[in-house]
Amino acid sequence: MIEVNHLIKRYGDKQAVNDISFKVGKGEILGFLGPNGAGKSTTMNMLTGYISSTSGQILINGADILEDPIAAKSNIGYLPEIPPLYVDMTVEGYLNFMYDLKKCKLSRKSHLKEICDLCKITNVKGRLIRNLSKGYKQRVGLAQALINNPPVLILDEPTVGLDPNQIIEIRTLIKKLGKNHTVILSSHILPEIQAVCDRIIIINKGVIAADGTADEIAKNITNEHKMTLRIEGSTHTAADKDEIVSALKKLDGIKYVRADMEREKGIYDYDVEADEKIDIRRAVNKLCRDKDWNILMLQLSDLTLEDIFLRITMGDAALGKTMAGEKKPAKKISLNVENGELVAAEEKETTESSSDDNKGGEE
Amino acid sequence: MGAIYRREMGAFFTSGVGYVFLSVFTLLSGIFFYFGVIGSGRADISPMFSSMFLVVLFLIPILTMKLFSEEKKNRTDQGLLTAPVSLWSIVLGKYFAALTLFIIAESVVFIYSLFIAVFGEVMWPSLLGNYAAMLFLGAAFIAIGVFISSLTENQMAAAVASMLALFLLYLLDSLAASINVGSGSELVQKILGFVQNAMYSVSFLSRYNGFTQGVFDLSSIVFFVSTAFLFNFFTVRVLEKRRWS
Repeated sequence: MIEVNHLIKRYGDKQAVNDISFKVGKGEILGFLGPNGAGKSTTMNMLTGYISSTSGQILINGADILEDPIAAKSNIGYLPEIPPLYVDMTVEGYLNFMYDLKKCKLSRKSHLKEICDLCKITNVKGRLIRNLSKGYKQRVGLAQALINNPPVLILDEPTVGLDPNQIIEIRTLIKKLGKNHTVILSSHILPEIQAVCDRIIIINKGVIAADGTADEIAKNITNEHKMTLRIEGSTHTAADKDEIVSALKKLDGIKYVRADMEREKGIYDYDVEADEKIDIRRAVNKLCRDKDWNILMLQLSDLTLEDIFLRITMGDAALGKTMAGEKKPAKKISLNVENGELVAAEEKETTESSSDDNKGGEE
Repeated sequence: MGAIYRREMGAFFTSGVGYVFLSVFTLLSGIFFYFGVIGSGRADISPMFSSMFLVVLFLIPILTMKLFSEEKKNRTDQGLLTAPVSLWSIVLGKYFAALTLFIIAESVVFIYSLFIAVFGEVMWPSLLGNYAAMLFLGAAFIAIGVFISSLTENQMAAAVASMLALFLLYLLDSLAASINVGSGSELVQKILGFVQNAMYSVSFLSRYNGFTQGVFDLSSIVFFVSTAFLFNFFTVRVLEKRRWS
């Protein structure tokens, strides 16, 4: 449906997008992820023909956006970062204008009604866009993109500025649309991308840093099996710590064990890393039963999208910082230190996304 | 093109620009009509038209100032430029909307002709000739205004720059006359002579005044239409360039 080949965009000396290539199939929901200024919006503006590329090719449904712009554009519904709304028009007037502008052939009345119902803007149809709240403006922007039922929808940060309820509504809507449209949406909000998209492209500094499903990306980034254990020893002293560490080290397939902080009185956390192929949870459990220790917590530290994102977009800097001044092997240290940062970030985000889920459930 | 034309026509009247333009045009043309035609006891409406050149010069930028600058500022141009329409139809939709409003304003002379008819006989050839001349002059000026509007994001900058540009065109005759062709070496004289001739030949004022003196000059009409086409073409290039830069 969409084919992008070696896309490059330069603004003077600044290379905004540097050799991006990807394909998006029919009915796929693709998420563009990247920090601010990574080139997401630039790429989307090029996809929709608002700006041209310095070099490279974009095919929308087989039509080249530069060679045959009208054919290509008629396949696209675009919601830019700032919705292109005429604030002096009413919602109805504006949608009728966009209907005419896109030369829509569908029945005007029923098509617009369908879109208004879908975006839940029927109740503000008669109001001036100037007087609408940010959330409603965003929805009118989305409604505008849906006019003429284009097979490709390109949405630049569709949920920015919305309240949590509206975010969930828009996400549900996008998922629904994804069933019979090809959707590309961008965001720097990770749970959003994770919740909505089949496939993720992470863009950093104008290049594609990762491309695949969240799981695929995670697999490529890591090949270690890591977990955090909280084990209660028998004496509740620091002596426990050494005993447990040395016992854990003897287990089959263990690559690395490190005692972490004292989380409860006399009880420590242990970061354990094992070979990818070996599941050590049972062995750890058996060890503790034999020694009469108690496992108070076992947390697998699988990489979340958060971690992947951080590692891809900031990994180099984090690596460089930890390599200086520490004696242990560079790779392990960097992972540990990162892990320390990441766990914190992850915990925060998990609570956020779980509260989102709860709200979703309530509705 | 139709959609953009209708939207712009609507926007003229929701923003109030349309009312301001129509009322100021009617007021000033009414004053000139009273003093130039009724007051002097003549049935020829030409004096009013010759006074209106300056009014048109300052009013047209008000009409055109926001046509593209506001789109750019509010980022609504993203909606237009990513819609399946050609750049020409975007430019012409806006251009013809402004031209329509101008024609509506100008058509007030037909009301004045009723007043003339009360006191004497309307000189229709003169009236229609002047009407056509002002229409084509407006067509050229609007194209210039639209072009300048496409260069900036700021309405006021667009308005002031357009007024300045049109005012310079108005002064072109005086500037050309002030060139001292007789001085300097032969080559300098030749160059100065050429420049002066060029300035005279693109003078909007003298071409327009020809009509108010009762000369219907087809070449002037062609000149105004070409100017309109040229500046609309420039506007299209400005939009195109933004895509390519």
